[in-house]
Amino acid sequence: MIQADLSVILPEIILALFAMGALLGAVYTVKDKLAGVLVWATAALMVILAIVIASMPEGTNVAFNGMFVDDAFARFSKSAILIVAAIVLVIGQEYMTRRDMLRFEYPLLVALSVVGMMMMVSAGDLMSLYMGLELQSLALYVVASLRRDSAKSTEAGLKYFVLGALSSGLLLYGASLVYGFAGTTKFAGIIQVAEHGEVTIGLLFGLMFLISGLAFKVSAAPFHMWTPDVYEGSPTPVTAFFATAPKVAAMSLFARLMFDAFGAAIGDWQQVIAVLSVLSMFLGAVAAIGQRNIKRLMAYSSIAHMGYALIGLASGTEAGVAAMLTYMVIYITMNVGTFAFILMMEKDGKPVTDINALNLFSKKEPGKALALLVLFFSLAGVPPMLGFFAKYGVWRAGVDAGLTGLVIASAVASVIGAFYYLRIVYFMYFGAEGAEVEAKGSPILGVALSASALLMVVGVIYQFGIEGAALSAATALVN
Amino acid sequence: MDNLLSIVTFIPALAAVILALFLRGDDAAAQRNAKYVALFATTITFLVSLGLYFQFDPSNTGFQFLEERDWLMGLKYKMGVDGISVLFVLLTTFVMPLTILCSWEVKTRVKEYMIAFLLLETMMLGVFMALDLVLFYLFFEASLIPMFLIVGIWGGKDRIYASFKFFLYTFFGSVLMLVAMVAMYTDAGTTDIEALLAHSFSAGSFNVLGIHVVGGMQTLMFLAFFASFAVKMPMWPVHTWLPDAHVQAPTAGSVVLAAIMLKMGGYGFLRFSLPMFPVGAEVMTNMILWMSAIAIVYTSLVAMIQEDMKKLIAYSSVAHMGFVTMGIFAMNQQGIDGAIFQMLSHGFISAALFLCVGVIYDRMHTRDIDAYGGLVIRMPAFALIFMFFTMGNVGLPGTSGFIGEFLTLMGIFQTNTWVAFVATSGVILSAGYALWLYRRVVFGDLIKESLKTITDMNAREKFIFAPLVAMTLILGVYPALITDIISPSTAALVDNVNQSLAAADTSPVATQIASH
Repeated sequence: MIQADLSVILPEIILALFAMGALLGAVYTVKDKLAGVLVWATAALMVILAIVIASMPEGTNVAFNGMFVDDAFARFSKSAILIVAAIVLVIGQEYMTRRDMLRFEYPLLVALSVVGMMMMVSAGDLMSLYMGLELQSLALYVVASLRRDSAKSTEAGLKYFVLGALSSGLLLYGASLVYGFAGTTKFAGIIQVAEHGEVTIGLLFGLMFLISGLAFKVSAAPFHMWTPDVYEGSPTPVTAFFATAPKVAAMSLFARLMFDAFGAAIGDWQQVIAVLSVLSMFLGAVAAIGQRNIKRLMAYSSIAHMGYALIGLASGTEAGVAAMLTYMVIYITMNVGTFAFILMMEKDGKPVTDINALNLFSKKEPGKALALLVLFFSLAGVPPMLGFFAKYGVWRAGVDAGLTGLVIASAVASVIGAFYYLRIVYFMYFGAEGAEVEAKGSPILGVALSASALLMVVGVIYQFGIEGAALSAATALVN
Repeated sequence: MDNLLSIVTFIPALAAVILALFLRGDDAAAQRNAKYVALFATTITFLVSLGLYFQFDPSNTGFQFLEERDWLMGLKYKMGVDGISVLFVLLTTFVMPLTILCSWEVKTRVKEYMIAFLLLETMMLGVFMALDLVLFYLFFEASLIPMFLIVGIWGGKDRIYASFKFFLYTFFGSVLMLVAMVAMYTDAGTTDIEALLAHSFSAGSFNVLGIHVVGGMQTLMFLAFFASFAVKMPMWPVHTWLPDAHVQAPTAGSVVLAAIMLKMGGYGFLRFSLPMFPVGAEVMTNMILWMSAIAIVYTSLVAMIQEDMKKLIAYSSVAHMGFVTMGIFAMNQQGIDGAIFQMLSHGFISAALFLCVGVIYDRMHTRDIDAYGGLVIRMPAFALIFMFFTMGNVGLPGTSGFIGEFLTLMGIFQTNTWVAFVATSGVILSAGYALWLYRRVVFGDLIKESLKTITDMNAREKFIFAPLVAMTLILGVYPALITDIISPSTAALVDNVNQSLAAADTSPVATQIASH
C-alpha cells in the first residue's frame, strides 16, 4: 500500500528531496556561488514536473487514507503553480545578482514553498491542509526578508510572519471546531456530516474561522492588511512570486475546502464569500487610487483581482470554479508581465517604484510602453484584452447562479479600478517631459513582458486549451 | 466570399500589426512608409467593402453576409449586416482613407498615429457588424482606447482634460449598458442579437425603491442602454464632453469622431433600444423627444456665441444629432429613414467642415474666428468648398442635409406636432450660426497682416474634398440611393415595434401607461 501511496505523491517528493539535497550540497561547498545554477536547475525541475503532472492520465488517485487527493483539479493548479514559479525564479535572477542579494537559499526556499502549495491543492484532510499551508508560509516568511540589510524587507518579513501566524491560529481554531463537531478531519467525512441534517452551529463557527484563515492567505478584504506592506518591503522578485503562485494555491485550496468538505452546505458559505468578494473589489479599487508606489499599487490590484476570482467561487457551480481557475491563470499571466517590467524599472542602477518616474516613458521605449499599455488595459478589464474575458467568465457564472447583485457591484468596482490603471498609461503616454526611469535588465525580462502582453491579445482568439482544462478540473472538484 | 465582413473588419488591424512589427525607425522614410501603408490599407478596405454594397439584397430584411463561429467562454463570434447597418459600414470605410490623407502633415510619432487610426477603424467596423451582445460591447468599448490615445497624444493644449473626460463619460455610460446586457442574458439565456430581437422582454410594471416603474424590466433596460447611447450620441444634457474632445483632437480625430463615432449611438438605438425594448421606448418617448427639441434649439444658440470654430461645429453636431434622436423616436417610417439619412449625411458634411477648419488651422495654427476674415481674396477654392458645406450644414435643398432634416421633421410632425414646431425653429438657427461663421471667416476685408500670405488649398486637400462634395450632392439630388437600401429594413423594424406594442396593449401594461 505504502508504495502506491508514494507513487501518487512522487512529484512532491522529488521536489522536496531536490530542495533538501541542494541545500546540503550548497552549504558544504561553494554556497552563494552556486545560486545562479540552482535558480536554473530549480526552474528546470519545476517545468519538467509541470509537464509530467499535466500529462498524467485522467482520473482521481487518493493516497494516505484520503489525506492526499490527486485529481484533475489538483493537477491543473499544480501545473499552473509550478510553471509560474519557474518563470518568476528565472526573471528575478538577474535583478538579484546585480544587487548582490541572490543567496542560494532563495531558489530552494521557493521550491519548498511550492511543495507546500502542491500539498495544499491536493489536501483531502484538515491535517494535510495545515501542513501544506505552513510549509508554504514558513518558506515565504523567510524570502520576504531576504534583504537582511534592509529595514523595510525585514519589516515585511516580520509583519508577514506575525499576521500569518495569526491567520494560521484562526485556521487551526476553526479546524479544531470542525473536528469537534464533525468527529473527523477528513473532507469526505465532514461532507457526510454536513449532508445529514443541518449544519450545526459549532460546525458553522469552525467553517467561518477556516474561511477567515484562508481569506488571509488569498489577501481578500478585510483580511488584506499585510499585503501592501509585504509587497512593498520585499525585494521585487519576491513580490512577483507573492503575487502569483501562492495566490493560485490559496485560491485552489479555498475551492477544495469549500466543495470537498462543505459542498453540501453551499447556502451557508455563499453569502460570506460574496461579501469578501465585494469588499475586496471595492477596497482594491479605491485604495489603489492614492498609491504612488507601483508595488503597493499592484498589491491593491491583486486584492481587487482576488475579489473578482471569488465571484466564481461564490457562485458555487462547476462553471463558477472553471471561471475562477481561468481567471487565476489569466491573472498570473498578466502579473508576470507587469512584474517583469517593474523589475526593469531603475535609475542609475537603483530600482525605481514611483509611478511618476514613468512620465512620457513611451517616447523612450515605445515597444515596452505598448506592452505595458496592453497589460494595464487588460488588468483593468477593458475589452478586447483577455482580462475582460476573465471578468466576463466569472460574471456569467455569477449571473447564472443568481448573484446578479454581486455582479453589478463588481462592474461598478471595475470602473473605479480602471482609473488607476489608466493613470499609469497617462503617465507613460501624455505625461510631462523627462522620463526618469530606464528600463534595463536581461533580455529574459523583455521576453516575459512582451510574451505576456502578446498572450493578452492572442488569447482572445485562441486560449491553448486552458478553458477546457479548467472545466474538466472544475468537474473533478464539484462532482 | 463567405467571410467578407471579417475580411473588411480586420484588414486595417492587420495593417496596424504589420506597421507595429516591421516598421523601424522614425526618420522621414519610415514616416512616409507608415502613411502609405495606412492609406493603402484603408483604401483596400473601402474597395473590398464596396462588395457589400453591390451584393447586398435590400429586399431581404434579415441579416446578410452572416458569419458564425464558436468563440471562447461559450460566446459566439457572429457578424452580419442588414439594411440599417450596411451603410454605416460603408460610411466608415469611405471616411477612413480621407482622414489618413488629411493627416499627411503629421510630424510626431507618425507610426503610432497610423496604428491608432487603423485599429480604430477595425473597432468601429466591428460595432456595426457584431451580432453578439458581448462582441458588440467589446468593439464598442475597445474603440475608446485608440480615440483616448489620439486625443491625448496628438491633441491640443488641454488634451489631457479632454481625453479623460471623453473616456470616463463614455465608459460610465457603457458600464450601465453592460449591466443591462447581463440582465438580458439572464432573461433570454442567449447573447445572440438575432435571437434577442425575436425575444420579448417582460414589461410588467413593478416598484423599485418605492417608485412605480411603468413597463418594468423593459423600461429599466431601455434606460441603461439609453445612458450609454445618449452619451455617445451625444444628447443634451450629457453632450459636454463632445466640444472639449473636438476642440482638442487633431483634425483627423475630429473627423472620425463626428463622422463615425457619434453614429454608434444612433445605430445602438436602432439595433437595441427600439426593437428590443419597444414598451420601454414607448414609455420614455416623450422625454426623449423633448430632450431632442431642447438639444436642437439650445445647442444652436450656444453655437452662435462660440469664438472657436471647432467648438461651433461641435455644437452644431449636437444639434444635428438632436434631429436624429427625434426621428428615431418618432417611431415611424419617415422618421427612422430620415434619422439614418441624417446620420449618413452628417457623416459627410461634418467631416468636411472639420476638414475645412483643418485646412486653415494648418496654415494659421489658430481656430479663433476673430483671427480670420476676408479669406475669399487669397483662397477662392477654399471659400467655394467651405460655402458648399456650410450650405449642406444649414440643410439647403439640393444637399443631403436637407433630405435628412426634412424626413425627420415629417416623421415627427405625424406624432408630435409641438416638438416638430420647436425643432423647425432649429433649422433657422442653424442657418444663423453657420452663415455668420462663414461671413466672419471668409468675407469682409482682408486686414490681418498674418493672412496676407496665406495660400489656397493644394492638390491633396482638394482631392480630399472631391468625394465628399460628390456624395453630398448626389445624395441631395437622388436620395433613393440610400433610402432604397434602408427602407425595407426600417419598415420591418417599425412593423415589429408596432406589433410588440399592440401585443402589449392587450396586456395590463397599456392600461398602466394610459393611467400614467
